[in-house]
Amino acid sequence: MAEGVKIDIVSPEYLVLSTHARSVIVPGAEGYLTVMGDHAPLMTVLKPGFVTVTETSGAVQRFFVAGGFADISNAGLTILAEESKPAAEFGRSDIEAKIAVAQQKLAAAEGLEAKSVAQQELDTWKNLLLEAAGTSGTGH
Amino acid sequence: MPSLKDLKNRITSVKSTQKITKAMQMVAAAKLKRAQEAAEAARPYAERMESVLSSLGVAYAGRPDAPKLLAGTGSDQTHLLVVATGERGLAGGFNSSIARLARDHTTKLLSEGKTVKILCVGKKGADILRRQFPKHLLEVISLREVKQLGYGTAQSIGEKVLAMYEAGEFDIATLYYATFRSVISQVPTARQIVPAQVDVTDEDAAAKPAAGGAIYEYEPDEEAILEDLLPRNVSVQIFRALLENNASFFGAQMSAMDNATRNAGEMITKLQLSYNRQRQAQITKELIEIISGAEAL
Repeated sequence: MAEGVKIDIVSPEYLVLSTHARSVIVPGAEGYLTVMGDHAPLMTVLKPGFVTVTETSGAVQRFFVAGGFADISNAGLTILAEESKPAAEFGRSDIEAKIAVAQQKLAAAEGLEAKSVAQQELDTWKNLLLEAAGTSGTGH
Repeated sequence: MPSLKDLKNRITSVKSTQKITKAMQMVAAAKLKRAQEAAEAARPYAERMESVLSSLGVAYAGRPDAPKLLAGTGSDQTHLLVVATGERGLAGGFNSSIARLARDHTTKLLSEGKTVKILCVGKKGADILRRQFPKHLLEVISLREVKQLGYGTAQSIGEKVLAMYEAGEFDIATLYYATFRSVISQVPTARQIVPAQVDVTDEDAAAKPAAGGAIYEYEPDEEAILEDLLPRNVSVQIFRALLENNASFFGAQMSAMDNATRNAGEMITKLQLSYNRQRQAQITKELIEIISGAEAL
């Protein structure tokens, strides 16, 4: 297909989504990136965030992913997500739960390195909370 | 010779056994369907993971700076056997065939002078292996509390294995489980998970440059990705094994219970036959007694 990009989102438990999209916004480890048709082959680590899929019809779907990988090749975009669900099923309270877990991890972490890893994780989730509040309009 | 009353009792008891096995078979069939669906749903992830890993692994094969999880520790002295079995019995040879495979390997490794550590997932395998290798059994992880097998379960086992690897407690880890072929065939399988095995077929190697010839870009970089991917791969392998095992267990249970039901049916026919014969014999005997009594008069 000349236009658009084939996208598969797979989690260890099941195939979340498999469709053809106009563009997909992916939360890469080094920042969000948009994938459209004929993207150069790229493999990137994902951070927890939202994947936005704009279908060829213009409809927009959002999915939450909790880390994983994106593999962009000629065959299309494959997202290997550790955990993934439609964004509608993943609200503020879920993110808050993740923050609580991350805080516990930080408290339990020993040594500088472990602490910085835990702190980073906590920050990622906190950022996500702000992001979710900003885009979905459900916050505040 | 059992009396008529005894026979009658036995028939009733076999009949109720048959009812139980029949019910168990039907429950297993329903659960099998769900387990099979779960195993199939998990397949795309594992397959893609494998293809990504093999394309990355090829680049690193034989390089001295390859991550420890891919290259190994350079020794093969200490082996960790992760034996995944069921939590329950009544499933034919399911548990014992996995345990037997693990036992044979353990015996072989021990005779070669290696150190063996066993980590059991599921109670039944542990029961069998504990008898023979009480000193080598490290821990038993019970899945009895787990209602729905999720990735989280596999992940926690994976983390445990990785922590042990980090601490240098073993060099090679192998996973034992039963691959689900069909309801009547489950194959006990051993699969090495640490260091990761990258299967490079000639096809893969040949297909890579041909597929557009484009070179992958990596973000952040190859090494970071590989370091992130390898631990995840361990959990994914374990998850896959647990799902396969689950499907195999219900498959085995279903065919075992089917056999039991059929056996009970045969037993009932036989008992019924001898019951009828004996009853007839008794009637004949009573008749003879009456007739000979009448003749004597």
